[in-house]
Amino acid sequence: MARRALAITGALVAASVAALALLPLGAVLIRAGDWPALGPGDWAALRFTLTQALISAALSCLLAIPVARALARRRFPGRGALIALMGAPFLLPVIVAVLGLVAIFGRAGLVNDALALLGLPRVQVYGPQGVILAHVFLNLPLAVRMLLMGWLSIPAERFRLAASLGFGPPQMLRHLEAPMLRAVLPGAFVLIFVLCLTSFAVALTLGGGPRATTVELAIFQALRLDFDLGRAGLLAGLQFLLCVAAAAAAWRVARPTAFGAGLGRLLPLPAPGGWRRGGDGLAIFLAALFLILPLSAVLARGLPGLADLPATVWPALGRSLSIALASTALTTGAALVLALAVARGTKGARLMDAAALLPLATSGLVLGVGLFVLLRPITPPGPVALPVTIAVNTALSLPFAYRLLLPQAQALHADYDRLSRALGLSGLPWLRLVALPRLARPLGFGAGLSAAFAMGDLGVIALFASDREATLPLVIERLMGSYRMDQAMAAALVLVSSSLALFWAFDAGGRRYAAT
Amino acid sequence: MLQLDRVTITQDDFHLSADWTLPTGAQAAIIGPSGAGKSTLLSVIAGFLPPTGGRVLWQGQDLGPIPPGDRPLSILFQDQNLFPHLSLSQNLGLGLRPDLRLSRAEAKRVEEALARVGLAGMGARKPAQLSGGQMGRAALARALLRARPLLLLDEPFAALGPALKAEMLALVSEVTREAGTTVLMVTHDPQDALRFAGLTILVADGRAEAPAPTAALFANPPPALRAYLG
Repeated sequence: MARRALAITGALVAASVAALALLPLGAVLIRAGDWPALGPGDWAALRFTLTQALISAALSCLLAIPVARALARRRFPGRGALIALMGAPFLLPVIVAVLGLVAIFGRAGLVNDALALLGLPRVQVYGPQGVILAHVFLNLPLAVRMLLMGWLSIPAERFRLAASLGFGPPQMLRHLEAPMLRAVLPGAFVLIFVLCLTSFAVALTLGGGPRATTVELAIFQALRLDFDLGRAGLLAGLQFLLCVAAAAAAWRVARPTAFGAGLGRLLPLPAPGGWRRGGDGLAIFLAALFLILPLSAVLARGLPGLADLPATVWPALGRSLSIALASTALTTGAALVLALAVARGTKGARLMDAAALLPLATSGLVLGVGLFVLLRPITPPGPVALPVTIAVNTALSLPFAYRLLLPQAQALHADYDRLSRALGLSGLPWLRLVALPRLARPLGFGAGLSAAFAMGDLGVIALFASDREATLPLVIERLMGSYRMDQAMAAALVLVSSSLALFWAFDAGGRRYAAT
Repeated sequence: MLQLDRVTITQDDFHLSADWTLPTGAQAAIIGPSGAGKSTLLSVIAGFLPPTGGRVLWQGQDLGPIPPGDRPLSILFQDQNLFPHLSLSQNLGLGLRPDLRLSRAEAKRVEEALARVGLAGMGARKPAQLSGGQMGRAALARALLRARPLLLLDEPFAALGPALKAEMLALVSEVTREAGTTVLMVTHDPQDALRFAGLTILVADGRAEAPAPTAALFANPPPALRAYLG
């Protein structure tokens, strides 16, 4: 009975997810105009989307190599904190990162002040270079963490052997480190490339204009500014093709991120002295500066502004929190049902697996335009802004939450399915006594990620919301757009602390409830 | 009486057939080379795997439609007999009520079962805090609580040292004889069969032979058993 119930729920959830991903896409493609509808600006957007993603991914990966190597082989106070900080940009609302970068690299920022003192020309943070800067800021830590895992996964015995053969650093690089980099770098590159392809918030705030518009931003402008549904539809189709191609590429080079045991290594990596020591120190110092300065700038300029925040911030915070909680509940529930059903190998498990990953092939704006087209005959966009945002965030977070959960659900099935059946343990008691305690950790972590994503999301909401439905990231973007920077940074502090608090609450809750 | 009525199991190029009965209250060892299908045979009796053909009956009742947890039997696996995140009391309590909403009387029975296998006062511990022998005892205590007339042992004590294993088998023997439980035990070790079981079922060459008296079987082994014993 309970097995049938799970199979049926799984099929229903998979069908809803597939409908949520595919119906808007169908609606968009049907409404899309004829090919000539794309102007030269749209092709420029396509070119810029590809080149900025390539450059951002390449820079992130290249810069990550010295930083990851330095972190892998040096021990210093604060190393653990720095590695933990490398995980933060993944949770950081994009708008907050953008504000921090503007505070450092903007017209009145630290960097330009320093350049002016030296009599050098000013740099401009708005434009293509700003988009790339923000993407590197957001993704360099991800690349560093992936490469660090790679370094730590090289067996200590290999280094011992190298030392016994008298290898110097160049031979180490050639025989130990280069093969690892060849295995890890393509995955990191493709992942960051894909993340940058669907960039909307960065392009909206730092880009724009003929030189720095991404396809996602062009979709937004076609709909919101020109109200040209045909063009928006065509662009959405284009973005969909990009995402599918990128997802397929990611699928091919994707490697399991766990390289076996390694993090608990006892033997430290060889740490050569001399100029290499200085180089490592410099890499770590510059990376830490690059990450910490923008965030501290937001903190420094935002704190005084907390006293006179605009009144719009608080209702927007309430809306953001409800969006985050609702989409987290939906994402986590759907991911749990799908992972359990797929792990059990029920009928249609392959289809369910595909449905859970299907949203990877779309993007926020593609889904948004599709839902706009579908809902327009029924209702004006304002009143459905929040439900649509919840639905889109649920769809976009699901693949991550599901992927986190699946291996654990499979282990649960392999280890305890026979015992559960032998004891007649099924249905709700099984869920309460076995599945939830055993899966609490990945469930809590996945829920924390979904909550932080949804909290900081600045995508489809910009398409639908008027002032009355604005979420906190949208309020910040509008404050920034009207050059009320101090208020924007104060509101950004509210946003980032509530995002991190949500993530922490879910993650810690999961760990606390987790079976030991 | 456990009856395997022309049971056949076919998986890819694996094949096993069994057609025999085991009297109620008997204690039988299942012995044979690895890969011959000893554990598979238990899986079929326990209901994890439907037989390709034939029926499994207990006291004349066809077990086919009954899910594993409702069959008149308990099974102890080689490992993973206890949920690591539940305390010993909870693990045992699952044998009485799968939703663990135990009455005071039921909680008392859990305590008694723990005491019966020499684990008195350890109910609050988690399995990770136990030795291998203690985990075996806890799993056996749960089988006692379930009080099903048939007990299947799928080498649950294989990882224990010889002295500890002999002790556990003695305990199994004692508690099952008290309750008149019918026991089927998979083993690698001819000594286990001689010490523990009056009957032995030889599984080899695609057949599970009918139970035969252990002493006589080992005194005059058929060719398949002789090949296994080496």
